[in-house]
This record gives sequence, C-alpha cells and structure tokens, in this order.
Amino acid sequence: MAKARLTFADIGVSVTVPAGTRIIEVSEKVGSGIAYGCRESDCGTCLTTVESGMEHLSEKSPYEIATLAGHNVPANVRLACQTLVLGDAVIRPYGG
Amino acid sequence: MSVAAAVTERIHWIGALDPGMRTFDVILKTPSGTTYNSYCVRGSEGVAIIDTVKLECADQFFARLQQFADYGEIRAIVLNHLEPDHSGCLPELLRRAPQAKLYVSESAQLMLKALVKQDGLAFVPVTTGDSVSLGDRTLRFLHTPYLHWPDTQCTYVPEERVLFSGDVFGCHFCDRRMFNDAVGDFRFAFEYYFHHIMRPFKRHVLDALALIEPLDLAAIAPSHGPILRDRPRDYVARYRELATPRLKRETDNGDRTLIVFYISSYGNTRRMAEAICDGAAEVPGLRLSLYDLEGSPVEPLVDLVEEADAILIGSPTINGDAVKPVWDLLSSFAGIHVKGKVAGAFGSFGWSGEAVRMIEDRLRGLKMRVPVAGVKVKLIPAREEILACRDFGRQVGEFLIGRQVTREIDFSELVSAA
Ligand SMILES: Cc1cc2nc3c(=O)[nH]c(=O)nc-3n(C[C@H](O)[C@H](O)[C@H](O)COP(=O)(O)O)c2cc1C
Ligand code: FES
Repeated sequence: MAKARLTFADIGVSVTVPAGTRIIEVSEKVGSGIAYGCRESDCGTCLTTVESGMEHLSEKSPYEIATLAGHNVPANVRLACQTLVLGDAVIRPYGG
Repeated sequence: MSVAAAVTERIHWIGALDPGMRTFDVILKTPSGTTYNSYCVRGSEGVAIIDTVKLECADQFFARLQQFADYGEIRAIVLNHLEPDHSGCLPELLRRAPQAKLYVSESAQLMLKALVKQDGLAFVPVTTGDSVSLGDRTLRFLHTPYLHWPDTQCTYVPEERVLFSGDVFGCHFCDRRMFNDAVGDFRFAFEYYFHHIMRPFKRHVLDALALIEPLDLAAIAPSHGPILRDRPRDYVARYRELATPRLKRETDNGDRTLIVFYISSYGNTRRMAEAICDGAAEVPGLRLSLYDLEGSPVEPLVDLVEEADAILIGSPTINGDAVKPVWDLLSSFAGIHVKGKVAGAFGSFGWSGEAVRMIEDRLRGLKMRVPVAGVKVKLIPAREEILACRDFGRQVGEFLIGRQVTREIDFSELVSAA
C-alpha cells in the first residue's frame, strides 16, 4: 500500500500513514493541537494550515469549500476532518 | 406591567421580565430571575428591532413592541445572538412583519438554518464595517464571535451612542427599574455571568474590546439584565480587567509556566511527580509549580491552569481508573480556555495501569497538545524509573521552550496504542 509522511509541525512529529488516511484520524491520536468538533465539515473547529504538500491532499468537497469560506481563512487552510493524505505534507493547527 | 422603557428618545426597551427563572442554560443559577432584552430603534425611514425574547415570553414582547411601533414600520430585524432566549420570537415576528430584512453575523448563517427550520428564510449576513440606514439613524455592526457562541455580534447606533452588545456586559438580574443607576445591587450577578459565560472565551473578549473601546458610549444595552447608562465605560474597563491574564502581567519576563498536579496514596506517584519537576527544572526559562490535588478544592487549581502554558497530571490507577479528584479537575476545564495548552500524564499502578492512558485521552479530547507520551511505573519507582520520570519532565520542558525533539512514528503504533 502507498505510504505518505504527515508531519505535525507544532509538535515535531512525523507519522508514516497509509495513503488515503484522513488527517483527523492521525492528529487526534498523536496529540497535536488540531481539534475537532462535528467531524462533518460543519463547525470549522479543525482548521489546519498546510505548510507544504497541498498538492498531496484530497480535493475539497463543496461542503468544505463552504465552511472554509465562512471562516475567511487563507488558501492554504483545510479542514482536518475532511482532508485525506495522499502524499507527504507538513501541517499545523490554524492560528497555532 | 409598567417597566422603565426609554433608553433614549429613539430607543425603547421592548423585552420581557422572567423573575421566576432559577436555573439558566443548565449551568447558571439565577437567584433574581432574568430579563430578555430586546429593543426598538426608530429612524426617520423605519424601525429596527434588535433581538427578540424566548418563545414563552412572546406575549410580553409583542405587547411592548406594539406600544412603540406598527409592524408595517419594521424595516430591519437584527439578531445579535441566536440562542433561543433571543431568537425564540423570530418566526412570529417575521410573520407579522414580512417586509422586514433580517440581519445576522456571517458566522450565524448555518446556525440560523438549524434553529429556524423554515424553508426560504431570507437573511443578510453582516460583519464589521457593514451598516444599515434607518434614515437619520444607522445600525453599525461589529463582528464579535464566540461571546459566547460562534455567531455573536454587537450592533452600534452612532447617532444615539448606544451599543447593543448581546450577551456581552449582560447578567441574569430581573428588576423592572431596568437601568443600572436605578436597579438594586447587581454587581454579583455581573461578575458571576462573566465567570460562567464569558470566561472560556477571554481571548475573544479582548478582540471584541478592541472594537468596542474606541466607540463613543452613552449607554450599553445588553440582552440580559440592567441597561448600563451610568458610567458605561466602567463596565468595559471591568471586562478588560477580567479578561486579561494576571500572571502574565506580574511576571512578563517570557517564562513559560508548567504545573505538575498529582495525587498519591502510598507516595509512589508523588515520587514520580517530584522527579518530573527535577527534570523540568534543568530547563531554563520555566516557572514550575507542584501541587497535591488532595490539598485543595478544585476552583483555585482551575485558576492556575487557566494561566499556565502546560500541565502534567499524575494519578495512581485505582479500580481500573484514575481517581476522582483528577476527574473533578479535568471536568472543570470546560469553564476555561485550555485548547492548545501542552499537557501530559503519569502515574504508578499495581497490575493493570489504565489511569495514564485515560487521562491522556481526556487531555486530547479537550484539544490540548500531548507531545510526550506519559510515564507509567509499576508500584515503587526504581532508580532507572526515577530517571525516566526526570527525562519526561525535561522533554516536556524543552518542548515548552521550543527546543523541539522531532519524532518519527508509524501509524500502526498510534492505532495499537489507542
Ligand atoms: C452556555 C452554552 C454553551 C454551549 N456550548 C456548546 C458547544 O461548545 N458546542 C456545541 O455544539 N453546542 C453548544 N451549545 C449549544 C447546545 O448544545 C444546544 O443549544 C442544544 O440544542 C441544547 O440542547 P438541550 O435543549 O437538550 O439542552 C451551548 C449552549 C449553551 C447554552
Ligand atoms: S470537525 Fe467540524 S469542520 Fe472539521
């Protein structure tokens, strides 16, 4: 199975994950500061800044696009509960 | 039911009194009941209604509204906060004033749809800088989210110098004299309300104050309790005082604060706590404290956590769980802001040792960061186990001052650990 390396810049931890893993599945187990609320693209609790590797993340759904727009965040911010890791990326909690 | 109603010549209180209310939102006591404040603002080209009241008080609201305006004159309805005690009469008000435009904050849009389950509900989302003209009076909006829900905003009428602040500066206090210079002593209610409603959102309070402080203020008209027309700035200043971290004011030398809490029956977890402190003490720039949870009620400890950068919690495993004082402390964190703080767990155990993992799960659930995996020691800590505790303390300390240890792990380790 294809692997990807997801780095949590705020706690200095890199996790090797199977490609297709959702960020939230990793972030909540690893104890990074990325938080979750609804887990379904509604609340925007899980805003995550992508420092690099945006091109290795899954496409945004219309729901994610709407929620991100509602929070007025820059283009390199994603929802951790929606985003699948397809290749290497470096992330940190938005605003953290 | 005469109630003092004129805030200014153009602004009238049209809310509801609820003197019998004793428990609010499950979490608050209301020994004098409360009021739901809504207001009617008259401009040369129409009327605005600011907030409504809870559905059970609809009769009071509509009766008062009709004293000051005809439904046909209502041009704007503003909801500063969507909680049902302020939005409850919205559907009926829209039915009676179908021509009125509804204004809510940008962050309120999805919530509005979940509260007013009505197809085709039209509204205009607004934010700081947006305004609505009523002819010779203007509604200006301030985006002040998370006071205390994501949707909250304030509305200012510059020509009257009145701020409609929503729950900010509000309190549960019911007195038909309505104005702060006329009602009974409501200081306790004001402080209590801040403590239980605004406290988890202190940072957002400070952001909102940055927008509010520059305003010229003749009165603050909140959505609960007395209208503040006598020295309104005193209440703004009090909010700033309550929202500003104290420890930082006293020791603003850049030190990071780490607090180690423990509880221990035979002294094993205590010995671990002491070794953790010794390890952390090797890191420069840390302000360290050690507390035995048995020695204090929860409240003052929660105050400490609120201003700390990091906390570590030690518990023995007793009957397959961490002990009650630990859960009492952790269950009180909902009242303060802990998201993003650094945290960790440790403890001695006899055979199964569930406590450390359970505490870590709770810390992560509270959205705290847990950068260093906790230490567990079987019964009495041996020399090398004491060294492991020192290491743990040092690693957390180094993480705190930004000397980050990087780690590489495989997903399978996380999955099997959970
Ligand atoms: C003081 C207070 C704080 C709240 N905090 C949250 C929150 O953090 N997250 C959330 O999803 N809902 C929150 N809510 C919204 C409630 O969960 C929501 O109003 C719910 O419908 C209440 O259910 P009930 O009628 O069974 O009490 C909060 C409500 C109140 C009154
Ligand atoms: S957790 Fe709510 S949007 Fe991701």
